[in-house]
Amino acid sequence: MEDHFSSIRFLLISALIVMVGVIIASMVGMSIQEESKGMAKPTLLFLWLFTSTGKLFSFVQFIGFFGPLIGIFLGFDSINRERVSRTLSKLVSQPIYRDSIINAKFLAGVAVIAIVLVAIVLIISGLGIRLIGVVPGSEEVWRFAIYLITSILYIAFWLGISILFSVVFRSTATSALASLAVWIFFSFFVSLGAGFLADAIAPISQSGAGVDPQMLIKHEGIQRMISLFSPMTLYSDATTIILDPMRKTTQSLILMGPLERLSLSRFQNPLPLLQSLVIVIPHLISIVAITVLCFGVCYLAFMRQEIRTV
Amino acid sequence: MRYSSGWGDVKVENQAIIEAEGLTKKYGHQIAVNDLNLKICEGEVFGFLGPNGAGKTTTILMFLGLTEPTSGKVRVIGFDPTRDPFHVKEKVGYLPENVGFYDDMDARQNLRYIARLNRIPDKISSARIDESLKVVGLFEEAGKKVGIYSKGMRQRLGIAEVLIKEPKLIFLDEPTIGLDPDGTNRMLDLIHSLSREKNITIFLSSHLLDQVQRICDRVGIMIKGDLVAMGPIEELAKKKLGVDKEDYTLEEIYMKYFKEA
Repeated sequence: MEDHFSSIRFLLISALIVMVGVIIASMVGMSIQEESKGMAKPTLLFLWLFTSTGKLFSFVQFIGFFGPLIGIFLGFDSINRERVSRTLSKLVSQPIYRDSIINAKFLAGVAVIAIVLVAIVLIISGLGIRLIGVVPGSEEVWRFAIYLITSILYIAFWLGISILFSVVFRSTATSALASLAVWIFFSFFVSLGAGFLADAIAPISQSGAGVDPQMLIKHEGIQRMISLFSPMTLYSDATTIILDPMRKTTQSLILMGPLERLSLSRFQNPLPLLQSLVIVIPHLISIVAITVLCFGVCYLAFMRQEIRTV
Repeated sequence: MRYSSGWGDVKVENQAIIEAEGLTKKYGHQIAVNDLNLKICEGEVFGFLGPNGAGKTTTILMFLGLTEPTSGKVRVIGFDPTRDPFHVKEKVGYLPENVGFYDDMDARQNLRYIARLNRIPDKISSARIDESLKVVGLFEEAGKKVGIYSKGMRQRLGIAEVLIKEPKLIFLDEPTIGLDPDGTNRMLDLIHSLSREKNITIFLSSHLLDQVQRICDRVGIMIKGDLVAMGPIEELAKKKLGVDKEDYTLEEIYMKYFKEA
């Protein structure tokens, strides 16, 4: 962990994120005033700081997109760099258990992620309080806590992926590229593929006229099921539900199906915290599951590797 | 420059520090180490000879519990390294071939890190680090980043690192490979002094024969996974070259075995 904090890479990442965070906060802070003008009594205004898209994108979107990259940057060379510099064989000959090496790599990464994320959220909150002068209520604080935990877990999943590749591949360049490839696969191709597959199994006409509701539900169901395999979808759904109880920004964030649009028009009031939580619990469990699974595979791969090749 | 390599003037205690019985390691169908029987006594300097790929490193890894033997039994400092690698690693040092360091740290930081991995409190390790740096002659250069060290210095730093845990037994895998003559001499002197002054048992693998001849009490010759000969150099010379020959070299003995194999 000491290693992470002193490295140039870490400085770069945190500088980038802090910069973006500050820019977003000030940008959003200004636009919020305009947006909330017509409203008599805007609810959960503080959450807007993070979810409002402002001129470009919101903070939540930014983390959803670049969070995986943070995880990958922190982990892609964790094992094979030790191998290339021939320090790994020395490490394993010290009186430590072999799994403590991989555990330490993972936990140190998670700790760094946690510290960075918490720091940024605090910075943005601080700026937000100054700019819009709204103090977060207890419900908002809770929502942030859940958001942070989800984000940390999600980025930890990517950290796990990149550590796994660094165990499997000898060269650091290969493991970096492999991690990025997985990231690209999930961020673009899974949602595309989900759409195609859903169209193939349960075709609906694009015009929307004369659609068999049964078919529509099936189509939506298939599309959802496939995209739930993607950690990105899991994460962005979970955070949107948590941080955006009004589902205000959903339109710009995810492509909405007809059903969602319908439900949106029904519920004008924000979902209470407990209800939001009920909705995201499956997402949360899935994120925890894939993270644990990913680290488990990584652990096994490392423990079973012949030391000769180490 | 030849050290007395006689079996007689070494204080030999009968207590075995390494015992191997029928030790075998197979990688798939390939046999890396075949039915190895070996006994190393406390205080010895044992030279483990053989061409590249003879199974020397595999044997060392099995002694350290870093790789599991396919069959056979080993005991190192009284523990079974397969079952109980932890205790073995606590008191056994290992210097791998071409050891690596964290190049962006200086020598002292590298040693401190290893000391912490060995759970040695900083108070105790500070003195030990200084001492072992002095032993290997790197005390003046200790503040420099390891990245700029020469090959010889790195190898000596490797020894210093091994000494941090005050080992009873040290495995050195090709400790002089790639060193210039001066570096080689310093390394050999260092190894020799560790054995004589600190009474550390030393097990070194090498294919550089004249060096081994200078410092080893006993040698074992391994070819293609089989230990073909073992004993003091004089004894092997007697057996293979005839008694009358006085000026034998280990190389002659070795080549004889190598051709037969």
